[in-house]
Amino acid sequence: MQWETVIGLEVHVQLATKSKIFSGASTAFGAEPNSQACAVDLGLPGVLPVLNEAAVAMAVQFGLGIHAEIPEVSVFDRKNYFYPDLPKGYQTSQMYHPIVGPGEVEITLEDGETKRIRVHHAHLEEDAGKSLHEDFHGMTGIDLNRAGTPLLEIVSEPDMRSAKEAAAYLKAIHSIVTYLGISDGNMAEGSMRCDVNVSVRPRGQASFGTRTEIKNVNSFRFVERAIAFEVERQIELLEDGGEVVQETRLFDPERDETRSMRTKEQANDYRYFPCPDLLPVELDRAYVDHLRDNLPELPADKRARFQEALGLSAYDAGVLSASREMAEYFEVVKEVCGDAKLAANWVQGELSGALNREGLPIQDSPVSATQLGELVSRVMDDTINGKAAKQVFQALWNGEGDSADEVIEAKGLKQVTDTGAIEAMIDQVIADSPAQVAQYRDAEPDKRGKMIGYFVGQVMKASRGTANPQQVNALLKEKLDALC
Amino acid sequence: MHDKTLTELAAGLAAGEFSSRELTQALLARIDRLDGDLNSFISVTAEQALAAADRADAARAAGDAGPLTGVPLALKDIFCTEGVKTSAGSRMLDNFIAPYDATVVEKLRAAGTVSLGKTNMDEFAMGSSNENSFFGPVKNPWDRDAVPGGSSGGSAAAVAAGLVPAAMGTDTGGSIRQPAAFCGITGLKPTYGRVSRYGIIAYASSLDQAGPMARTAEDCARLLGAIAGHDLRDSTSVARGVPDYTEELDAPLAGLKIGLPREYFGEGLDPAVESAVREAIRVYESLGATVREVSLPHTHYAIPAYYVIAPAEASSNLSRYDGVRFGHRCDAPADLTDLYKRSRAEGFGEEVKRRILMGTHTLSEGFFDAYYKKAQQVRRLIRQDFLDAFDEVDVLMGPASPTPAFDLGARKDPVSMYLQDIYTIAINLAGIPGISVPAGFVGHRPVGLQILGTHFAEARLLNVAHQFQQATDWHLRRPALAEETL
Repeated sequence: MQWETVIGLEVHVQLATKSKIFSGASTAFGAEPNSQACAVDLGLPGVLPVLNEAAVAMAVQFGLGIHAEIPEVSVFDRKNYFYPDLPKGYQTSQMYHPIVGPGEVEITLEDGETKRIRVHHAHLEEDAGKSLHEDFHGMTGIDLNRAGTPLLEIVSEPDMRSAKEAAAYLKAIHSIVTYLGISDGNMAEGSMRCDVNVSVRPRGQASFGTRTEIKNVNSFRFVERAIAFEVERQIELLEDGGEVVQETRLFDPERDETRSMRTKEQANDYRYFPCPDLLPVELDRAYVDHLRDNLPELPADKRARFQEALGLSAYDAGVLSASREMAEYFEVVKEVCGDAKLAANWVQGELSGALNREGLPIQDSPVSATQLGELVSRVMDDTINGKAAKQVFQALWNGEGDSADEVIEAKGLKQVTDTGAIEAMIDQVIADSPAQVAQYRDAEPDKRGKMIGYFVGQVMKASRGTANPQQVNALLKEKLDALC
Repeated sequence: MHDKTLTELAAGLAAGEFSSRELTQALLARIDRLDGDLNSFISVTAEQALAAADRADAARAAGDAGPLTGVPLALKDIFCTEGVKTSAGSRMLDNFIAPYDATVVEKLRAAGTVSLGKTNMDEFAMGSSNENSFFGPVKNPWDRDAVPGGSSGGSAAAVAAGLVPAAMGTDTGGSIRQPAAFCGITGLKPTYGRVSRYGIIAYASSLDQAGPMARTAEDCARLLGAIAGHDLRDSTSVARGVPDYTEELDAPLAGLKIGLPREYFGEGLDPAVESAVREAIRVYESLGATVREVSLPHTHYAIPAYYVIAPAEASSNLSRYDGVRFGHRCDAPADLTDLYKRSRAEGFGEEVKRRILMGTHTLSEGFFDAYYKKAQQVRRLIRQDFLDAFDEVDVLMGPASPTPAFDLGARKDPVSMYLQDIYTIAINLAGIPGISVPAGFVGHRPVGLQILGTHFAEARLLNVAHQFQQATDWHLRRPALAEETL
């Protein structure tokens, strides 16, 4: 039987507010346990939450970024359950009236195709603390630094049909929130994590199969792997005549498998009800319009502009708009050198290669966008040739100069275009290579083209790479053919 | 000094007739002598009180005294008080030393008042007799066989016994007004949102409101001015200016339109209470007020609606008492579930458990719409009843409680206890202010007249109450106990 996979994602994005969603405590990552938890975060008797307006603004910006409806009123509800790192015994969330209504996200697949994934809604909620099981013999330590950190939970419709689509969706969300600057998107620190709902059904069947939910997947790669495992597990189960049980599962990246956590029968009744300590959030139109007017250009718009206005290929436009940092870097290079295609080639070629080798993000590149732009300009105006340009890039990468011009000057890499000077070098090479000249002369004319490479190499070497290669080629051919 | 009103004591302090230290010492001695039997305090904070009194005297000497500087009072043990045990009347918090001050406490401290200690109460403010306290019941100073009412029973008894001139209470369904009535003092529940709830241990968040309990309406006016106002730490507190509540106290009542809700004079009302209340109404008529009957048609739904909404909120508010971070923790828990179960089973009393169970049930899947949503609809109707009535009249009047104080141990059945609050509970559901003033006796036991106004009509209520107290002397009567001199 042919099976179709159906996937929906609940993505939790930690918002980049300075303080927590309902208290003034800092949200900075990595502090001493419980040093960033105030009376409100600890859930002490008598404390009350006060909504952080910055979290509201960020949620609305996200909503606008996915062209979602922004309801005029949203309401916080309490989700009641006991857990040691949940200080109040309830999580303040939004169950019935979320801050962001239905919207959509465009994803780009590997073949360059785009697809729209619908977002059901996005709501604000507070994060819980962390339970620490190491270092406490026979006990569990509780760190409440993370308790009260604002989260935006983005709930998709079950619109994805493969692990690749799910990963592309997650990347698209990552790119939107980082473009908006509403999250650092740091998955290693848990700033973005997701719950994956997976089911399979016979191709052509309209109704959905029974789904399982894989909790807390925290990397693009794990999302693909967890789905791949889970899809295979479900298909095997069904093909063996079994049934998929609706349950919550956990992905174990070490063993590359998902394991059952709890079934639906064991599921909590969260007893949601409106939080009486918080007023409904009322957003007036002027406020929403103001946020809309001040949105930065988002990845989809940028990608379209790169293709249409700059003439880049769909692939190049996609790569260069994937992250805000990449796009900003590229745009500076393009601005400085004035040629979008050359700028795109350099950013995706030499620069990305070097960054990947060193494992550096583009914002930490030792070569600044302005430096690279100037370097590309020197190639364009024939000051240096391509080979020398790579040397200049390497020198800038190593910090051997502040600008391309400085490196070119210091290393004497300026391209030699003086015909007389090149001719002198050619004459010298011909004089020093009687055997090769003889071979060339004796060769069939159609084989000579290949043989000229040797002489080009020698001349380039003699010029320490600075001779203009096109000139070298043309003059060599002329002179050698004259000898035949 | 113990029989003076707060207003008189403030004047005495201002005139230099006595110092705050002298006053504080005298009252601490009186508490020491009399409260062993009454049990109105859970904690007496003598040392902090004397230090605060000295600060007040120093401020006065430096010319920095405000109108309440050096005035002693007490706080219901539901207000978090930095460095002081704040128990909410529960074993659960018997070991809880609050690390911060409630906004009300902060404001009273800033006004220079001197807290003598924390008063007894029904556990987590759940009760109408003060018998649900882990720290034992409180006796009514007028009759030691009677309850003082609840849940702010300790505050009411302490004021009635002359241990303090005033005390802070909280009122979720009548917890200021009913004990004020039972103990023959004046107690004001302000409009929901008038006083910050920050630092008040939550029972039912959408109903809880703090207010003053004192001998006179004038005393309450001074205290309300000190504690009211918008608080950035409480989103449900209202951004609205705080008037000088003493300014309108002397306004004449000629032309005042009084409404008597038909439903507040029906079945279940003790005839002796009714005749005291009707006598009080006649006093108002003699002051130029006109009286008419009105109807609050949804009154009989108030108690059922309250006992859905309040326990629902409580079941969630009390989830934080899990033995993990603070409060009671059972000995040697076997595992996490055991820790939760035994800590909560041991830490909470019977009535608290009952309400947690009720609230958990009504919020459960499949019951939420039938109970919680329906109760919220009823709540809107009840609120509308009041708003409609206030289109016709200025204030509503009626009994604060259907009976005078009942005997300790007399009400075993929880539902008969819940019915105690029939005249007070709807007021919290509607969010409007209400005040109870002494209006006579049934035998030795006081009767309270309840006066209700529309949202933020506290100044009007205090004026109406004050004028009654200018015309009567019920509020000046003292129980025999309180008349003993040192």
